[in-house]
Amino acid sequence: MSVWVDRNTKLLVQGITGREGRFHTVNCKNYGTNVVAGVTPGKGGQDVEGIPVFNTVAGAVKETGANAAMVFVPPPFCADAILESIDAGLALIVAITEGIPVMDMLKVKNYLKNSQSRLIGPNCPGIITPGQCKIGIQPGHIHSPGHVGIVSRSGTLTYEAVHQIQQFGMGQSTVIGIGGDPVNGTSFIDCLSAFQADPETRAIIMVGEIGGSAEEEAADFVKNHVTKPVIGFIAGLTAPPGRRMGHAGAIISGSSGTASGKIDAMRQAGITVVENLGEMGAIAKKAFASVL
Amino acid sequence: MKIHEFQAKELFRKAGVPVPRGGAAVSVEEAERVAAELGTFPVVVKAQIHAGGRGKGGGVKLAANAGEVKQLASSILGMTLVTHQTGPEGRLVKKLLVEEGLPIEKELYLSVLPDRGAAKIVFMASQAGGMDIEEVAAKTPEKLIKVFIDPLIGMKGYHANELAFGLNLEGDQVKRFTAMALKLYRLCVDLDCSLVEINPLILTKDGRVIALDAKINFDDNALYRHKDILEYRDFDEEDPFEVEASKYELNYIRMPGGNIGNMVNGAGLAMATMDVISQAGGAPANFLDVGGGASAEQVENGFRIILSDPSVKGVLINIFGGILRCDRLANGVVEAAKKVGIKVPVVIRMEGTNVEEGRKILDESGLNLITAKDVSDAAQKIAAIVKA
Repeated sequence: MSVWVDRNTKLLVQGITGREGRFHTVNCKNYGTNVVAGVTPGKGGQDVEGIPVFNTVAGAVKETGANAAMVFVPPPFCADAILESIDAGLALIVAITEGIPVMDMLKVKNYLKNSQSRLIGPNCPGIITPGQCKIGIQPGHIHSPGHVGIVSRSGTLTYEAVHQIQQFGMGQSTVIGIGGDPVNGTSFIDCLSAFQADPETRAIIMVGEIGGSAEEEAADFVKNHVTKPVIGFIAGLTAPPGRRMGHAGAIISGSSGTASGKIDAMRQAGITVVENLGEMGAIAKKAFASVL
Repeated sequence: MKIHEFQAKELFRKAGVPVPRGGAAVSVEEAERVAAELGTFPVVVKAQIHAGGRGKGGGVKLAANAGEVKQLASSILGMTLVTHQTGPEGRLVKKLLVEEGLPIEKELYLSVLPDRGAAKIVFMASQAGGMDIEEVAAKTPEKLIKVFIDPLIGMKGYHANELAFGLNLEGDQVKRFTAMALKLYRLCVDLDCSLVEINPLILTKDGRVIALDAKINFDDNALYRHKDILEYRDFDEEDPFEVEASKYELNYIRMPGGNIGNMVNGAGLAMATMDVISQAGGAPANFLDVGGGASAEQVENGFRIILSDPSVKGVLINIFGGILRCDRLANGVVEAAKKVGIKVPVVIRMEGTNVEEGRKILDESGLNLITAKDVSDAAQKIAAIVKA
């Protein structure tokens, strides 16, 4: 067991013929992910490193039985690409692309509600079940199979978390980057709920940042529904209000979305808070000792 | 992206949202001319800066005659306006908006924006016009009306009615308000706004509904499809270091009062690095995310911009090498350091792919680069050096 991706995942890549798409597709394939198809309109019939390219997602699904998509399509066309995969009935869509307009994502998010698909991202590093399947741009080799589930809004901060727990001998069940945009497909709560249900996951790390109220809602969920130990980290204690801190979603509006507010909410929910990033591994070791 | 009130009102006019008659001015003479063209008194002289609280700061004044227009325009133009949003350093006023004064019967609040949590477009309205909406939400949440709109369906008449009747409007006011609200919704969606705010929206004694103030922020991710909006960008309102960084598509934000420059790959890690610097007793001088897949060129430009800030007394570089390998990054840093020249201490923390090769390149570069074993160690080292 694991969360959402495993050995049975059959991946297609939208935007496979672009520079980034091609590079990361090869990395995923080398990691062991079963990449069955690529999609680039107008380039059907070609292949990328032996992976057949199709004009449409529906065509690729029909021919290859793909059940997941990784999206590298540029921002102006990305919402379109995600909608195409939703209509083709793919169970999982992982959108790596950064820079999709919010208005486009609002439509995608509302369309998703009446579909069978789960969207992870956009503006995210992807999802990985170490040793089984990697969908995204993460460095696969820093991970190892284990029992800690990680969910995060940030890319390199996720790698930092993986690296630090590796130093203390802890592997990961599944690591999910939900992305730094204000409107995304999969929430902290979706991931926490999946980790709680997953027998491979025995402990959880949640990495949040300023902006919005997803961490506060997630903390509330942990309090009421999660029995596994959870540690949390929030980036942006020193971030000035009203400024977009790199991620489109990382902005303090007035007095809402602050790091201290999120940290308070996590503490109140019984989550062990990592205050200093450098101590994450050591704190995880101690907090997870009883279950690992 | 932010724009000025007079620019927002231009967009309102185009969209058919009623605003007072008036025009912008960059000199006293222009202000006098705009007032003369209005042909009525009193007129309002309003400082144009990208910050709220202008009235309280003394940047909005009423002129009863031409003489007062001249006097007010000359005192407001060139003043350093300090409001709760500008910080103590304030903002130099270079532009004015001169408008007709209107007979106000009632002031309301109205805004429309994408709600990230609900994934809908939300209208917020209140009868407490002129008040800060956060204050209304905190003190009298029952007075705040919220109407959520599914972006796949769009705004319908009943949404507008909910707002109008919620605000206790009557008679013709309802018709005028709902027509305006529907136009405002279209404007927000069509122009990819992240906020459209009217505070106050006024009801005049003769029954009109008019946007007395106007604030629009835009989604930066959508500016590629609004070239005309990009024309509204005012570089005078931005930090010159940030303007320079934006030329290289670097995510850079200057932190006034800080003295430790820092360069990090990835936004979350960059924020966390600023926090760690602060926890070690230092003060970060900036936020700089060179990107998860930073190139040597990005690293060089970032380095140059950080070092050009005279308040920077030391630099922390924190890189987690993923797909982008540490050895390549180390080469980028060394090249940049040689080209730019480093006059302040630099601490580097590097982790991830090919980290040993990366460290070796740094050690053998002949440059005075201090290496750190982890992120806490790096922050403590740079904070201690800068303090000493």
